Amino acid sequence: MTSFQRGSLILQPTLARNRWNQLFTGLAALFTGLAVLPLVVVIAYVLIKGGSLLSLQLLTQLPPPPGLDGGGIGNAILGTLVVTMIATLIAVPAGVGSGVYLAEFASGGWFARFVRFGTNVLAGVPSIICGVFVYGLIVSTRFFFNQSYSALAGGIALAVLMLPTVIKTTDEALKLVPQELRWGAMGVGASKFVTISRVTLPAAFSSIATGVVLAIARAAGETAPLIFTALFSPFWPDGLFNPIASMSVLIYNFAIMPYDAQIALAWASSFVLVVMILVANLLARWLGRLSST
Amino acid sequence: MAAGARPELFTQRRRPPWELLIDRGFQRLAIALASVVGLVLAGILLTVLGGAGEAISRFGLEFLTTSDWDPIGEHYGAFTAIYGTVVSSLLALLIAVPLGVGTAIFLTENIIPLSVRQVLGVMVELLAAIPSVVLGLWGIFVMEPFLRPGLTSLHQLLGWLPFFSTTPMGPGMAPAVLILVVMILPIITAIARDSLQQVPLALRQAAYGVGSTRWGALVHVILPAAISGITGGVMLALGRAMGETMAVTMLIGNSNNFSFSLLAPANTISSMLANQFGEADGLQVSALMYAAVVLMALTLLVNLLAQMIVRRLSLKY
Repeated sequence: MTSFQRGSLILQPTLARNRWNQLFTGLAALFTGLAVLPLVVVIAYVLIKGGSLLSLQLLTQLPPPPGLDGGGIGNAILGTLVVTMIATLIAVPAGVGSGVYLAEFASGGWFARFVRFGTNVLAGVPSIICGVFVYGLIVSTRFFFNQSYSALAGGIALAVLMLPTVIKTTDEALKLVPQELRWGAMGVGASKFVTISRVTLPAAFSSIATGVVLAIARAAGETAPLIFTALFSPFWPDGLFNPIASMSVLIYNFAIMPYDAQIALAWASSFVLVVMILVANLLARWLGRLSST
Repeated sequence: MAAGARPELFTQRRRPPWELLIDRGFQRLAIALASVVGLVLAGILLTVLGGAGEAISRFGLEFLTTSDWDPIGEHYGAFTAIYGTVVSSLLALLIAVPLGVGTAIFLTENIIPLSVRQVLGVMVELLAAIPSVVLGLWGIFVMEPFLRPGLTSLHQLLGWLPFFSTTPMGPGMAPAVLILVVMILPIITAIARDSLQQVPLALRQAAYGVGSTRWGALVHVILPAAISGITGGVMLALGRAMGETMAVTMLIGNSNNFSFSLLAPANTISSMLANQFGEADGLQVSALMYAAVVLMALTLLVNLLAQMIVRRLSLKY
């Protein structure tokens, strides 16, 4: 019996191709390390530099006038919550409604295609353009009660930014609901409205909630749409029709000031903002896992 | 009829008329909400174009090729900002694509245990969640001082090249490009990872079956099969990089003086808008709106190209 050449079956690490293999694997590992590094370093700096300033005073007081020490970012925290809430109240109903239309009513006509295309285009519009748009539409025309910069304008700018995300998640979540559920609901005599509101939307709830939470978290950290719509204010929020402070604009404004106290507040603000956003992201992940089980 | 059967259940009932009303109303409401997207897009286009009208009629295409930005003499040209937008995002892409695709490969191949890969994947995704303004703050106070000695020696070594011909003074194109890399890396990684995961297992098995090494299979089989998704992701990232505002504004130096040097302060359209819009009035607002039109056109072009490429390149396997 003639034995066949077994040499080709044994791994020879010195072969050129195996050397290349190792080299590229090492390179990919290095790239992964480089990709993860910024997250670790940024979070470490924010936690150390910002977290060390954390105190009750920081969370409840107003920022000090330039040159003075102490103070806090209470108005900015409240302002971010207010502006994000306005954006959510506008973007979620409109976005979920559009998503319901796309997934449940549209039958592939020109209008549905246009809405899908428009959603993609809007998702690609730079966030600063949303700010320019709202500035042109609301701020410069003094649309609300002859007020120029206002919390409401900032909320609307953020809502424009959130809208495409909410539409896409709702559309995709509803498409994943098994068709049998709809047939079943129709079969026992439910109307279309009851089918959607009592069967398909609840079935898709956790995926939609995941997308909405992620969109809110992204909006809360946005600065560009706010700097010339909501502007900034060193005082406590004064209604929806006046300029309002927000943490992201505070970071931007204070980071370029020559005062140490202000720069410290910028770091503290980053800490609060990053913790809020990371918590929201983990919440979204948890909601997402809820839907997959 | 069987005992216990209730014949009244089998009589025909009509739906109450309000049920139909609710159904119709709900459908109309959904259609109305769906048209909000169209209205917003039209609104953006009309507002920005309308605001830019005066500058467009006054400067025409010259706006795109000149770079004076003179609020007193009322003469505006955005060449420096347009150049800065295009160059910063392309350079960021040049660095982020190998990093992102390499990371995506590392996270989809079975080089290290799955649990470790999942943790690394989540970390890259969380990087995308960090607000751009926080990255900017970190860039100003941590990254840029850390980089400056390196950039200075780069200038001393390669200062004869026009790209490194100025001494680094702090903010400039190079730090802005690096912070852009950090911002678009998660997008490229996430999309490349999805595309690689969607390559059918049969292709991979067939490649290994004929005796190819891991990277032989990757280069000749798996990457070509995933190329459409990856390219789409890269184009999306390019669009994002062009529109990115806060981190870049804080790091680029906002200078309208044109320079080839990557170490000199520069400008992008979005950072110009962020910097000047609040204080501008009259013709300057119009000129800024004109710049916004250019930015919108650039990002729209890139995003449409992305969608076209994904459709054109998708392999049939």
